[in-house]
Amino acid sequence: MNAEPPVRVEDKLYYNRYLVDIGNPHVKVRAHTTPSPQLLALLKACPARCYELNDDGQVEITVDGCIECGTCRVIAEPTGDIQWTHPRGGYGVLFKFG
Amino acid sequence: MIEERFDAIVVGAGMAGNAAALTMAKRGMKVLQLERGEYPGSKNVQGAILYADMMEKLIPEFREEAPLERHLIEQRFWIMDDRSHVGMHYRSDDFNEERPNRYTIIRAQFDKWFSSKVREAGATVLCETTVTDLVRDERERIVGVRTDRRDGEIHADVVVLAEGVNGLLGTRAGLRARPTPDNVALAVKEMHFLPRETIEARFNLKGDEGVVIEAAGTISRGMTGMGFIYANKECISLGIGCLVADFQRTGQTPYGLLDQFKSHPSVAPLIVGSEVKEYSAHLIPEGGYKSIPQLYGEGWVVVGDAAQLNNAIHREGSNLAMTSGRIAAEAIGLVKSRGEPMTATNLSIYKKMLDDSFVIKDLKKYKDLPPLMHTQSQNFFLTYPQLISKAMQNFVRVDGTPKAEKEKATLKSFVKARSWTGLFGDACRFARAWR
Repeated sequence: MNAEPPVRVEDKLYYNRYLVDIGNPHVKVRAHTTPSPQLLALLKACPARCYELNDDGQVEITVDGCIECGTCRVIAEPTGDIQWTHPRGGYGVLFKFG
Repeated sequence: MIEERFDAIVVGAGMAGNAAALTMAKRGMKVLQLERGEYPGSKNVQGAILYADMMEKLIPEFREEAPLERHLIEQRFWIMDDRSHVGMHYRSDDFNEERPNRYTIIRAQFDKWFSSKVREAGATVLCETTVTDLVRDERERIVGVRTDRRDGEIHADVVVLAEGVNGLLGTRAGLRARPTPDNVALAVKEMHFLPRETIEARFNLKGDEGVVIEAAGTISRGMTGMGFIYANKECISLGIGCLVADFQRTGQTPYGLLDQFKSHPSVAPLIVGSEVKEYSAHLIPEGGYKSIPQLYGEGWVVVGDAAQLNNAIHREGSNLAMTSGRIAAEAIGLVKSRGEPMTATNLSIYKKMLDDSFVIKDLKKYKDLPPLMHTQSQNFFLTYPQLISKAMQNFVRVDGTPKAEKEKATLKSFVKARSWTGLFGDACRFARAWR
């Protein structure tokens, strides 16, 4: 296979409807200095690319585009790297087709 | 706290939850169903295929009312390498029957309708309500739920956990383990809209006839995974999924995989010119029989994806979900009709009934296949598809080479890639697991 074609995930997320629970993220990353392998895996595995590396080399999350699949929970909750809960009732992604 | 007490609380309004709530409400039980989405279906993601037989057992006349897309007359299996696919297609006019066997559906729309039937049957359905905890009594029995609404605690004789593959309640309460990266797949999907006539022309369909394509091969880049293309009336559901453990191990991105699948020369012409209207992702239980958790306990049962009830080989899940939901509800109805309490001992009848159904029988039949596919993914999803494609090209390309030499070359390519013992071992392992 060739090198990965550039994919703009934000363009994909733009199709979706969300009701963002401002100031109340349903997924949180535990404070860390060096990210664990599990946290680093989320940079690639999250289908909404919610996880990014900041300038200090730590993994940060922005949940606004989260499509609530649970992949990060399966990978990084057991190690305590993240805290995962469902958004409050009515908030989060609102699928039109699903 | 809500003073009102219910016979049963159902957590979740997907296929399993709706089947359970409907069945209990029809029996005259006092049912409360809680759903975190804006409306039932707004959090639910599936390909999606609806299996009529299991739906009929719940709502016999569903064909007249439900928002169905196309009835399936054709199934295509594709083994893909980077530039080709080898296909096995089954198409039959038998499927143009009065009561078709399978339909494509759009879950958000279908589930909304399904839920309206649950309400009609008398259940109370409360949306925009996330259940945060299970409530236990002093003897550790489950006696209700807590929600994120202000007056959050609600009591019932039994709680039906239909919270989906990523359900938090059961795992938080220690009733079952969290899914592991090697027993769930992550699938991503896009909805591609096209004029109806265009879809019918591209897929060789007339009227409401439908087709689904299931694809495996180099599209998953050596990971255990599959792609799918389902024809709806005015859109195409297209997606690809792989084991979470494989994503974790390889660092492949789900959207990269999806876009590569879309640009494959066999796929691109099917969706060219389409307008994408949604991008979704969902986990799929892949562990099979060996990953089914404890299904019942003191005051609770678990159904559907939350219980890992998914047949990964046949790509069936929603039918197992609605069947387990219905059977759990019937079991609860039985216990209640005897005037007995919802203890683990009494609720164990749910498991007995489920064991006797196709749900557990099918999962048991394939109990060894998921581990085989998961550990041999390079061979089954990369090496063999490439070999098969090469063999087919060798078979059909006319270039003056004598046929005997062509056959020898094909055989040699298989032996070179997998060795005689490897080929024999793969065949035996596969046959044993399939049996």
